[in-house]
Amino acid sequence: MLDDFVLRAALAGVGVALAAAPLGCFVVWRRMAYFGDATSHAALLGVALALSLDLPIFGGVLVVALAMALIVAGLNGRNVSTDALLGVLAHGALAIGLVAVSLLPNQRVDLSAYLFGEILAVTKGDLAVIWGGAAVSIALLVWRWQALLSATLNPDLATASGLNPKREQLILTLALALTVAVALKVVGALLIAAMLIIPAAAARPFSRTPETMAIMAAIIGMIATLGGLAASFAFDTPTGPSMVSVAALLFALSAGLAPVFRR
Amino acid sequence: MSLISTQNLTLVLDGQTVLENVNIAIEKGEIVTIVGPNGSGKSSLLRALIGALKPASGSVTRADGLRIGYVPQKLQIDATLPLTVQGFLNLPHRHPRTVVNDALHKAGVGDLAKRQMADLSGGQFQRVLLARALLNAPDILILDEATQGLDQPGAAAFYRQIEEVRREMGCAVLMVSHDLHVVMAASDRVLCLNGHVCCEGTPEIVADAPEYRALFGTGTQGALALYRHEHTHSHDHTHDHSNCDGAH
Repeated sequence: MLDDFVLRAALAGVGVALAAAPLGCFVVWRRMAYFGDATSHAALLGVALALSLDLPIFGGVLVVALAMALIVAGLNGRNVSTDALLGVLAHGALAIGLVAVSLLPNQRVDLSAYLFGEILAVTKGDLAVIWGGAAVSIALLVWRWQALLSATLNPDLATASGLNPKREQLILTLALALTVAVALKVVGALLIAAMLIIPAAAARPFSRTPETMAIMAAIIGMIATLGGLAASFAFDTPTGPSMVSVAALLFALSAGLAPVFRR
Repeated sequence: MSLISTQNLTLVLDGQTVLENVNIAIEKGEIVTIVGPNGSGKSSLLRALIGALKPASGSVTRADGLRIGYVPQKLQIDATLPLTVQGFLNLPHRHPRTVVNDALHKAGVGDLAKRQMADLSGGQFQRVLLARALLNAPDILILDEATQGLDQPGAAAFYRQIEEVRREMGCAVLMVSHDLHVVMAASDRVLCLNGHVCCEGTPEIVADAPEYRALFGTGTQGALALYRHEHTHSHDHTHDHSNCDGAH
């Protein structure tokens, strides 16, 4: 049944959309857009690491994304100007990743596959990794949902309620690294952050609770994924960017409708 | 035994010592106000009391099973986060609806449960924060400049609400405040902080202390005279404050 590459692509895209939705909400609520950028751009460095050490791509990306996410989360707690610093990390990681991949000996690597994804080349094995990673990421967020929300609102308030905001941040960091690792094959390093942020932002006007926003983001993400897949067949366009384009269109539509929903 | 106390508490933030050798103790049911200039370590002291800041040296002692209700200095809820008042009060622990409604009533905002947090006025927002702090029937309420951003009538109404809550629930109240005249009128004790406790005692004692005068001048004398006029006859240190209302 999974022999059809279009079906595999659709399932891979839906898996990523489901994992990205609740996580993307937190990225938006906590204003961590650059955090998502830095982590997903670091994925390219993970690709270089995996190829040079002959490791599975997923493992290399997971390790490097996690390392980058931990660095960024660590800096976040200090009094450094994080905006500029995150910009440096995000773009630095991308540039160094590109250089590192080009330095790999006797290997012609198809860079665009890692930058923009190659969802149409998803194998059954990839599907297992994507759905497995997505399931773990979603489970983490559901398990810590209330605590994560509290820590997002105000760390001191969370502490006063007996929580450890640092631990919650760590959980979010882990889920982010995991989602980046599984999304690389689907949308590529450049556009992972887009699939995190855009569906969540598009879901905002239709939501009165955090939970509905996460569910709406999942629905919008799935529409964008499947719509982008269909569009890429209809117009012979690259699939990952097509999916993000549809998501951006949905965001524009949602922003236009927002005044109707605001009471 | 005190509800909460510090022993030679020293706090260091970013390599800077913000508080040194602070010894304070809060007793059951009393209203204690911390005053002090900006950067004197007031908020840091409160954060250490709730456990958000680790002491560099010294310690914080809480009574066994002490329930703290904490109202932070400011709470910025990002506009992208949809959240109802009810949802906010159920974070991180869910409470029965009756408990939530009861807390909202006590804080004077019984009708706001279904509203979005983003749509609240400044005064409503602070009362919702207060309601949240009341959820677990606290032994002590800790408020960090809870009236920041409220106009004077708004602040006065908020303090009246606190007094009402204290009378109804019997909890101790520890607050940081810049509203000196309110402090002088409504507190059992005042702690004047400036990197260390520079003076403490009843409002009259603190207001007369040279350390306090050095920090705040004598500008509050008018308010203080009023306070004395109304209160010297009733302030008997038995912590019966049914007479305090007249101060407003």
